Amino acid sequence: MPTLTPFQTIGPFFHHALVFKGGETLIGEGTSGQRIVIEGTVRDGAGAPVSEALVEIWQANAAGRYNHPGDVQDRPLDATFDGFGRTPTDEAGRFAFATIKPGSVPDLSGRTQSPHVLVSILARGILTRLVTRIYFDDEPANDTDPILAIVPAERRPTLVARREADGRYRFDIRLQGENETVFFDV
Amino acid sequence: MATTVKASRRPPEGVHPLPDTPAYRSTELRHPKQPLVVIAHTLSELTGPVFGYGKIGPVDNDLTRQHAGDPLGERIVVAGRVLDEDGRPVPHALVEIWQTNAAGRYRHRIDTHPAPVDPNFTGAGRTVTDDEGRYRFVTIKPGAYPWHNHPNAWRPAHVHFSLFGQNFTTRLVTQMYFPGDPLLPLDPIFNSVPDSRARQRLVSSFDLDLTEAGWALGFKFDIVLRGSDATPVEV
Repeated sequence: MPTLTPFQTIGPFFHHALVFKGGETLIGEGTSGQRIVIEGTVRDGAGAPVSEALVEIWQANAAGRYNHPGDVQDRPLDATFDGFGRTPTDEAGRFAFATIKPGSVPDLSGRTQSPHVLVSILARGILTRLVTRIYFDDEPANDTDPILAIVPAERRPTLVARREADGRYRFDIRLQGENETVFFDV
Repeated sequence: MATTVKASRRPPEGVHPLPDTPAYRSTELRHPKQPLVVIAHTLSELTGPVFGYGKIGPVDNDLTRQHAGDPLGERIVVAGRVLDEDGRPVPHALVEIWQTNAAGRYRHRIDTHPAPVDPNFTGAGRTVTDDEGRYRFVTIKPGAYPWHNHPNAWRPAHVHFSLFGQNFTTRLVTQMYFPGDPLLPLDPIFNSVPDSRARQRLVSSFDLDLTEAGWALGFKFDIVLRGSDATPVEV
């Protein structure tokens, strides 16, 4: 049987190949759901911005259905929404996605998961992709989410985007150190 | 609810680099110090972006034909199959690559290596695997280049690969190297893979069948993505 190919770092020089126009905009005309912006800054263990990271997100549509053949739930697909976003951080380590609030998706035991977005972080100095989840601070179902439940309570806030006065959600990513983001082994 | 997804198999120890690899200096402030939280897969992890052929242009997999003139350097074919750990081909998978030109210079604003830029070479390509999981690129053999990791540090010639596979868990970003490169034993990124046999899977092999007579040398690079756990999850 073949054996797995190892990860290697994405390095700093990927922009001309992987960055595509509109990668940070997941919504189109007529996309259903609550339109939101998720923005944040990626910082390293010294608190310095990481200016050459690639951030990718994957999420369900507003009805809680993934645009993927493995999701056969009896829920509507949205032809204007494929659920994938990709953007590089800028010179100040910032990223932003224009998307919709995802619907709730059950886990494989049928338990309700609170609305969430999956995140991959790739950068020079990151040898194997880092994975985290974005939850939203105005979702009551966070209190019963089965994934949040296994994260130590004091670290849970690193997974929850804060709704700011202008209606945008802030989700900062700290790779190391104080308030280090929870990263998952998936 | 009915689903047909299967959880992905966990990677064997030693295959993927450890986040904290001191020989690769940039990992020092960029690796999490807290342990990763292991989670059971949900529909969120067992789905992932699906890409169609529609987004791929006709010369996207031929990096030597993306400009008016021919790029300088040694023309090569890089081809192989994308498989999962059970040996099944992964069809319709997006494969993205990027690399330096023949002189070891990236087409990138922050690359300051004093080697010439080639106006006829961008160094970026993409393709989608066929029904049998096969992919093929025509490109130029990339050059080695210096970097600031340690005194007199040089990266071995390599081609970066990015793949998605069947779901979120199968995402892979890696680098392909060339056989017999004397820089490989000295490279902290190549050597960040703990298992030496796993490391060798990053090295392509010269392949006479892929070599096109009078035209280009062929290098074979098969890529293996995560497979599924044996037991399907019925919900």
